[in-house]
Parts: sequence; structure tokens; C-alpha cells
Amino acid sequence: MESLLAPSFVSGLAALAAGGAVCPPGLLLPTAAVNFHSLLFFLFAALACGFALGVVISDNVVRMALYLVFSLAATAGLFFLSGAEFVGAMQLMIYVGGTLVLLVFGVMLTAQAPFIEIRASASDRTLAAVAGASLLGLLLTAALSVDAWNAPGAGVIPDPSATPLGMAMVGLRVDDPPANAPVAGRAGYLLPFEIVSVHLLVVLVGAAYLARAKRRRTPRPIEALASAVAPASPPAAAARSGSSSALVGGTR
Amino acid sequence: MVELLLGFGLPGWLAWTVAALVSAALILNVIAVGALVFIWAERKVAARIQDRLGPTRTGGKFGWLQSLADGIKLLAKEDLMPDGADGLLFKIAPYVSFCASFCAFIALPFAFDVVAQRLNVGVFFVVAVLGLEVFGVILAGYASASKWSLFGAMREAAQVVSYEVPLGMCVVVPVMLAGTMDLVTIGEKQAGWFTNWYLFHDPFTFVIFWVYVTCAVASVNRAPFDLAEAESELVAGFHTEYSGLRWSFFFMAEYGSMFLVSGLAAVLFLGGWNGPVPLAELLGWSGRGGDTSAFLVYLVRLLGLVNLVGKATIGVLFMMWIRWTLPRLRIDQVMTTCLKYCTPIAAAMFAGAMVWQLLLPGGLLPGWGRPAGEIREGWLEGPGGSPVRVADRD
Repeated sequence: MESLLAPSFVSGLAALAAGGAVCPPGLLLPTAAVNFHSLLFFLFAALACGFALGVVISDNVVRMALYLVFSLAATAGLFFLSGAEFVGAMQLMIYVGGTLVLLVFGVMLTAQAPFIEIRASASDRTLAAVAGASLLGLLLTAALSVDAWNAPGAGVIPDPSATPLGMAMVGLRVDDPPANAPVAGRAGYLLPFEIVSVHLLVVLVGAAYLARAKRRRTPRPIEALASAVAPASPPAAAARSGSSSALVGGTR
Repeated sequence: MVELLLGFGLPGWLAWTVAALVSAALILNVIAVGALVFIWAERKVAARIQDRLGPTRTGGKFGWLQSLADGIKLLAKEDLMPDGADGLLFKIAPYVSFCASFCAFIALPFAFDVVAQRLNVGVFFVVAVLGLEVFGVILAGYASASKWSLFGAMREAAQVVSYEVPLGMCVVVPVMLAGTMDLVTIGEKQAGWFTNWYLFHDPFTFVIFWVYVTCAVASVNRAPFDLAEAESELVAGFHTEYSGLRWSFFFMAEYGSMFLVSGLAAVLFLGGWNGPVPLAELLGWSGRGGDTSAFLVYLVRLLGLVNLVGKATIGVLFMMWIRWTLPRLRIDQVMTTCLKYCTPIAAAMFAGAMVWQLLLPGGLLPGWGRPAGEIREGWLEGPGGSPVRVADRD
């Protein structure tokens, strides 16, 4: 479970740490009495961290999965809040939707009564706490040491659009450098995109190969013979063995 | 809407709050009132198809108030929970389903710019959030501590996860034609005569629309794909143990999702809020010339809203029609339909639409209706080979 909870916990806290620098107060609404951007940010960050803690503290596997869903959804909310709509929708699609449905599948199919409650021993808890705290410290120092994230107005996209991303994926960079001064030779991410898609295709084909229905190895003549030899052959077997069995039945 | 409120002199924070609350209330009403109307319609449609009358007495002539009476009955019902159930998960599951259905409406436009939040990745958001509804169902099936519920939830999970693949492929085709994932732009690109609708764009989109219909019906768990609540096998599937108000949340989520996928079909394939005949344009009210009054623009948007809701309602009625006409499939037939038919057909049609778009970018009959590519978002090759951003509307 440790490997499962670490990403959400860390991503929640890292988002909290990074987001505090990313969203200076009063950016969206300079004259606002209440800054909704900050308010919503703290709301989503608190939700993400709170449910991440819930994942750690809870003993029940399925409840852990539920808290993980909420934590990841709150992280998606943070993405939407900072204008990264495509990443937010991706977070919903891949983590909250795909991975968790699979996770819940796995948990429900494997977790029998003795394993549904997970109680970690004290030494496990200590070890996990030390590992988690050191990782968190590392990430926090890394996140806070980036100067560009502390600049005012950094990270908030005025006109969020997924089109530059899509254009970069097919090989045309229009975001960086700016559109009116393109630099020759910057080809976008067409090659990595193709490599990743071929890789995924191979994985898909491999999974389909492994999961396919195994072919029956029984040769047909023997089956037909068996149904002919048996005194009262069941109708299902006769139908399955097809025309040859019908032929045998006809000669009998 | 925020701009309008700011124009009235409201402070910024109040305008944002009011705009958000109004949007949320309107969406909630679309789901709740929609469910009331559609449950009544479902009873009437089912009755007519089965050569009965359906509700006739409650509330006067046609049984108008039947759903309201149902609602009162549900409110008054005892809220039961099985002994072995996981209390927290059991209670929270209906809300998870309902929230997913509700959230997807945030990005669905009801007319030009009549949308709670115009997202640049609207299509993707709607499909992603719609897939989350299954999570509430899985939780309900697991937490009920009943084998019927668990089997129903497992079937639903397998079905929804499988059907997301062809559904995604179908949705990609209009995105490719429009060059954007923004639902508002996709709808607006189909303005003009009905020949501009993506349904009639080329033969491939016509076929893929019907694949979308199949996958949409399957992804919202309606008959003939309602394996998760097959009453002849599983009592009531994942909501066997639910009663009263919690059960009605599942129902509202189901009807909300039906309306949502129908609305999505309308925006993606059926011209969205644009009627079959461009009345507003013929009368010069469209607001595209810039000389129309604000009142006329609002009137046109209201007509567009009526148009879209009408199309979505037709979609929901279509789902009811096939529910009461076709028998339920077996689980292996459901999977075969998805993996052996829908997915390959969708992939082939996607490739076909792509080739068509390359070979005949103007369509078969250029000059019929408005030319395509008028309000494309994206970058085109400008003078000197440098990419130039093209605005949403020009």
C-alpha cells in the first residue's frame, strides 16, 4: 500500500508547495475583496492533502481507494484552477477514471475477508514515516528553490488552449518560440510521440495475446469417434463436433 | 454572465459568486426537472410500446404528476442499509454517481456561449467525467454486501471500461473536423443549413454517429445494455439494497447521463444549437454582422437553447424507444458488440473521415451552405511560412 499512497500524498503536498508560489493573491481579480483564486486553491489543496492522509490512516483497502479517488480528483481541481485544463482532464481520465477502476477491480477480486483490513506494524509505520518525510522534504526544497515559480504572475495561463500542445505533438511548435518568430529546426515532439504510441501498441497487442482464449487442442476425428462410441451422446456434444458427428450418426 | 453582472456595478467577488451559483442551480435543475419529465415520459413511452395507456390519473389527463408522486413516495420511504454493509461507502456511493453526472454538465454548452464554464478541452472533460460515474456504481455494489449488487457492479465496470474505447474514437472524429476540443466552437462550426452538420459531413461520420449512439447507450447502462441491473438475473443489480432517496440519486444520475450523452451527440454531430434551417441568419438576427441589437442576440440564443434541448430530448426518447423494443443482451454479446464491432468500425471510420478530409476538404458540394473552416481555432501557415494564430471567430 505504501507505493500506492506515496504519489497522491506527495503530489498533493508538492502541488500545495508549488501552487503557493504560482498563484500570487489578487492576480485574477485585482479589486476583489475575497480572492477566489486563493480561496479555491486552499480548498482544493486541503482536500487533496486531507484525503491523502485518509489513505494513509485508513485500514480498509476499499476505503483507501475511495480516499485516493477524492485526493486525485482534488489534484485535478488544482490543475483546472491554474488554467492547465488539458492536464486536469488527463488527471481525471487516467488517474481518477482508468487507474482507479482497475485498482478497485483488483482490490475487490483479490481482497478476501482476511486481507481486506490492513494493519501495519509499528516498525512499518516508522519506516514509512521516515521515508515519506524525507521525500517530502526533498520535494519541498526542490519546489521552493525554483526562482521562476516565485516570480509574480508565473504559471497562470491567460488563454488556456490545448491546441499548441496538439500542434507540438504533430511536430509544429507554436508556443515556444512565439508564433511570429519561429526558429528553424525545432520539430516538436513528433518522434517521442510516435515512439510512445508504438510502444503502447506493442503493450496492447501483448496484453491481448496473453489474455486471449486458449484454442482447444483436441483433434476433431477423435471427438467424433468418441461421440459415436458413447451409447447416448449428449446433444450438446453432438452439435459441437459438427458435421462429422452428424455423419457418424447417419451411418449408425 | 460575469461581465453582465460587473456591468451592473457589482463588485468582482460577488459577481463571480452569483454567476457560479446561478450556473450550478441551473444545471441542478436541468438534471432534476429533466429526470421528473423523463421518468414520466419513460412510463408513457413504455406503455404505448406495450399497447397500454400508462399513468392516466395522477394530476389530471395524462398523468402529468406521476413523477412528482413517485418523488413523494421515495421521500417517504424508509432508508434501509444492510447489516453487513460498509456504512460510509454505502452512503457515499449515490452522491459519487450523481456528482459525476452533474460535473459533466459544467462543460456542455446549451447554446452559443450559454455554458457554465467554457473549457478548451470540453469534449475530453465530458468524456473523462462521464467515466467516473461507474465509480459510484462499483462502490455501491461492493458496499451493499450482497452478491447481486457485486455482480451488477462488476458487469457495469467491465462494460463501461470497455465501451470508453470506441466512444472515445467516435468523439475524436468531430474534434478532428473542427480542429478543436472546445464544444462551443465545434457547435458553432456547424452553423448554417443542416447539411453543415457533422452527421452529413461525409459517409464516414454518418456511420460513426450510429456507433456513437450504440456506445453512448452502453456507457449509460440503458437497455439493451443494462446488464448491471438485469432484473431477471440480478434482482436489481448494483442498487438492489438501496431504497428511498439514495436510490433516487442513482436514478437522477442515470437520467442526467442520458440527457448528457444526447446533448453531446447533438453538439458533436447534429449541429448543436443550430437549427436545420438557419432562420436567424436568413432574418439577419444572427449577430454575426455586428449590427443586431442585444435583445435579438439573446432571442437567438434562447432559440438555440430550445433547439439543443429539443435535440437532446429526441435522443433520450430514442433511447427509451430502443429500451422497450430490443431484448437485453448477454454479457458476452455486450463485449462482442464492443470489441468486435464497435471498436473496429469506429477505427475504420476515423481513418476514412481523415482521408476524406484530406481529399475533399470543402465537402462534396462546395458552396452549399456555409463553407467549412470559417471559425477554426488553430495555427495556419501565414506569409513567409510562419505560423499565424487564427482567432475563434473572424
